[in-house]
Amino acid sequence: MATLLKITSVEKSYGDSDARVPVLRGVSFELGRQQTLALTGESGSGKSTLLHIAAGLETPDAGTVNVLGQDVTAMDDSARAALRRSEISLVFQQFNLIPSLTVAANISFQAALSGRLDQAHIDSLVSVLGLSDQMSKYPEALSGGQQQRVAIARALAARPRLMLADEPTGNLDEQSADAVLDQMLALVAASGTSLMVVTHSSKVAARMDRTLHLAGGQVA
Amino acid sequence: MIRTCILALLSHWKRNPVQLFAYLAGLAIATGLWSGVQAINAEARASYDAAAATLGEAQFDQLIPRQGGSIGLDTYIALRGAGWLVSPVLDVELGDVRVIGIDPVTSPGAIGAVMAPQGASLFAPGETAQLFGTGAAARALEGTAPVIVDETIAPGIVLGDIGTVQRLSGRADLSRLVVLPEQPVLQGDLNTIAPGLRLQPAQQVSDIAQLTDSFHLNLTAFGFLSFAVGLFIVHSTIGLAFEQRRGMIRTIRALGVPLRTLVALIVCEMLTLAAIGAVIGIVLGYVMAALLLPDVAATLHGLYGAKVSGTLTLRPEWWLSGFLLAMLGSAAALAGRVWQIGQMPLLASARPRAWIMSGTARSRLRGWVALGLLGVALILVFAADDLFFVFVLLACLLIGGALALPVLFARALALFERRSTRPLWQWFWADTRQQLPGLSLALMALLLAVSANVGVSTMVSSFRLTFAGFLDQRLAPELFVQLETPAQSARLEAYLRDADIETLPLRSAQMQIAGQPARLFGVRVGPTYRDNWVFLAALPQVWDQVDRGAAVIVNEQLARRGDLWIGDMVTIAPDLTLPIAAVVGDYGNPQGQVVLAEAQFTQLYPDSFASQFGIRTGDAAALRRDLVDRLRIPDHAITDQRAVKALSLEVFERTFTVTAALNVLTLGVAAFAILMSLLTLADLRVPQLAPVWALGVTRRRLSALELLRAVGLALLVFVFALPLGLALAWILLSMVNVAAFGWKLPMYLFPLEYLRLGAYAVVAVALASVWPARRLIRTPPATLLKVFANEH
Repeated sequence: MATLLKITSVEKSYGDSDARVPVLRGVSFELGRQQTLALTGESGSGKSTLLHIAAGLETPDAGTVNVLGQDVTAMDDSARAALRRSEISLVFQQFNLIPSLTVAANISFQAALSGRLDQAHIDSLVSVLGLSDQMSKYPEALSGGQQQRVAIARALAARPRLMLADEPTGNLDEQSADAVLDQMLALVAASGTSLMVVTHSSKVAARMDRTLHLAGGQVA
Repeated sequence: MIRTCILALLSHWKRNPVQLFAYLAGLAIATGLWSGVQAINAEARASYDAAAATLGEAQFDQLIPRQGGSIGLDTYIALRGAGWLVSPVLDVELGDVRVIGIDPVTSPGAIGAVMAPQGASLFAPGETAQLFGTGAAARALEGTAPVIVDETIAPGIVLGDIGTVQRLSGRADLSRLVVLPEQPVLQGDLNTIAPGLRLQPAQQVSDIAQLTDSFHLNLTAFGFLSFAVGLFIVHSTIGLAFEQRRGMIRTIRALGVPLRTLVALIVCEMLTLAAIGAVIGIVLGYVMAALLLPDVAATLHGLYGAKVSGTLTLRPEWWLSGFLLAMLGSAAALAGRVWQIGQMPLLASARPRAWIMSGTARSRLRGWVALGLLGVALILVFAADDLFFVFVLLACLLIGGALALPVLFARALALFERRSTRPLWQWFWADTRQQLPGLSLALMALLLAVSANVGVSTMVSSFRLTFAGFLDQRLAPELFVQLETPAQSARLEAYLRDADIETLPLRSAQMQIAGQPARLFGVRVGPTYRDNWVFLAALPQVWDQVDRGAAVIVNEQLARRGDLWIGDMVTIAPDLTLPIAAVVGDYGNPQGQVVLAEAQFTQLYPDSFASQFGIRTGDAAALRRDLVDRLRIPDHAITDQRAVKALSLEVFERTFTVTAALNVLTLGVAAFAILMSLLTLADLRVPQLAPVWALGVTRRRLSALELLRAVGLALLVFVFALPLGLALAWILLSMVNVAAFGWKLPMYLFPLEYLRLGAYAVVAVALASVWPARRLIRTPPATLLKVFANEH
């Protein structure tokens, strides 16, 4: 299976130079095309940091991140932004929808940014995620589960090759979480997107192709 | 990508129309007040320049009488004969209009170089009986002389051939001689040919422009203060808009928009909106200036005798300066926020409340800057000696005071919090302290507005009180008569002497004393002068000395400008130097004055006659009838004391109409700033209020507390504004007036006026807080509950 994301010996620590706290200590792994991966570990184990580094939102202190054969760590802000815009989509635990845009505008936002706006594709996503009646509403009028569905629709509307999700069902009840996860995995599989999910939930992890457990900043 | 980003950025304003309104309105008000004031100044300056150009003061040297009076025709002929290329000018007043007669053959082209609407020369041979002036001047001379309307001529001035003007005024002499730029190498000595004349070099700036500079500087200072208050709103709105959009900015960046692109788009967006606000402001400024210009014109005429056109022209210097200042002000407010975005890590907290807490870190720096500025202000109180530095002092005092406000407030609120025993009040004070960074800009704007109001109203009321007292002193005679001819004067004096009525004839001449232009008055010393005149400084037996011809009295303006005081000597004529026995306050008069005995004046000017008379009488109406019936003095030449006082007070009130209007506007802008801050903060405050509501405090109670908080803050602002405003008043009365007008005014306190002002401020703020408070009452419980359901 061809490699889509390759993380090699990534290190990251936070704090002042006098008291730096290491978060990641030489983490390496690969994610293949159309593969799904769960990143698990206790709070503070560096899961979210690793996801942010993979997305080019943060830079590692050492090591390399390779997405689709491109060294993300060697890129400047504009190049990393361009890569995210066209190839990577993010789903945040707090949804991070734009409050002043309607649901419809939020969903099409990244697709419009990347110049890949495909209304038929968006209509089908909206239909599958059960958001058809919510399109003219603003995010504040939606429940948590609905907002998470909007975030997933936004991520997939841009037809990314890599989707990175941080606790995508962390704010949802069990029933909603199951429904959202089912829909997300079905859509990811249908679009051939690779998926990396940060999660505390063993149930969510079990639904992925494989699981990577982080402990003390290293792959356990 | 660009279009999608722009739409996302603009969607914020669509969802937050109040914020958009605050931004545009803040800029529009700031630009409007500034450009309105500048429009008035530009119009006035253009009128002065037109007058200077018409009179040739700015371009040509002139020969003028050494000690006032006029120039005989023989002197002019003698000078021409001795090789002096000079052109005669006769300058007379006809009613309210200045009529200038020039010789079209000998005058340099630039003087009165106006063209008739048809394009024909105004002074073509055969057309010498024509006069030209503005429509207003033509109307003023209706019935006296026909005037052809030409709006390019300076306001209040009518131009014509010297022969025409001589016939109209019944005079054969000349006022001055314009020296042509090209002169022969050999020409006779001026002192030999015309010893009574002196050469006055061309003035780069006209006298009237210099005189009125201080008035315009005052207006500019007010305009700038209003602009600063408006910019507080802009700064505050930009700050809130950026904080509210932190989350959006983070998301947009995370979804793949480079930081540089995003920053560029935000700058373009905000500056485009700023341009719209500035254009609206320029329109507002135009309307405001058009409304205020007639009053300003009246003020300038009343105070300085300057004629200003009452019609406003759209001049680039004011609208462009307003536009550029608005853009620069917005850019400055924007720069800090854009820099913050540049520094903000992509994954920084998007919580909008975070900024409020971070404000405390800056408050210490702000406190030090305030202390520094107030220190500079204190030094300048002793060191500032010209108008520029006095205005620097005012700026340091006001900005320093404004910056100190949040620091002092924080201390006061912490004290209240410590003193509170009940939990709800403890929360109330703590919550108020937490809100302070978000409200501080609006509170500073209110402080500036209230201080300016206290300061200016103290100045105006002190001035009014002093002026009214001064009028009582100076306008003791019950009747005043203004005469045109020596024969009329002699007849009146003889009549009054025969009737045993106390008469105060006044003779005057224009001259230079101690290097300053001044008017010399010859007075008949009598009980009226002795009983009524109050001096700022005087030697014993002032009037006896003046009556003996052993001393003179000078007004404060001349004393301060010429660095003179009692005991100093002044040269009145080459062979007459006298000590100053007293300095008299002379409010509202821009000119220097010297008073000496009538007999001495007559010796200096044997041909002069008393053209003005003050008359003491128990029955003013009867005497007035007598003068009209028996002496055939025209009724309009006689004015009774009450009318003069009323007119003087009216001029005074009109003088401060603009100031009062700007004062009210500034207070209104500050109240608007408070309203906008409260409205925008209201949404951000839901997470603070929801837990208190959940713990059992009703929405109605919370709203009442919000209202109470606003009123309490306004009261605290007033408490801080009072000393700042009184300091401002002291500087205006004791420093600005001396530097600008040449007189110092005593400062009086008006506690009731301050209380009324405080009440206005509190009411304005209470009204501003009613809307946000009502919104809180109507906040549905579901909205408050969302805080617990969902932290975003």
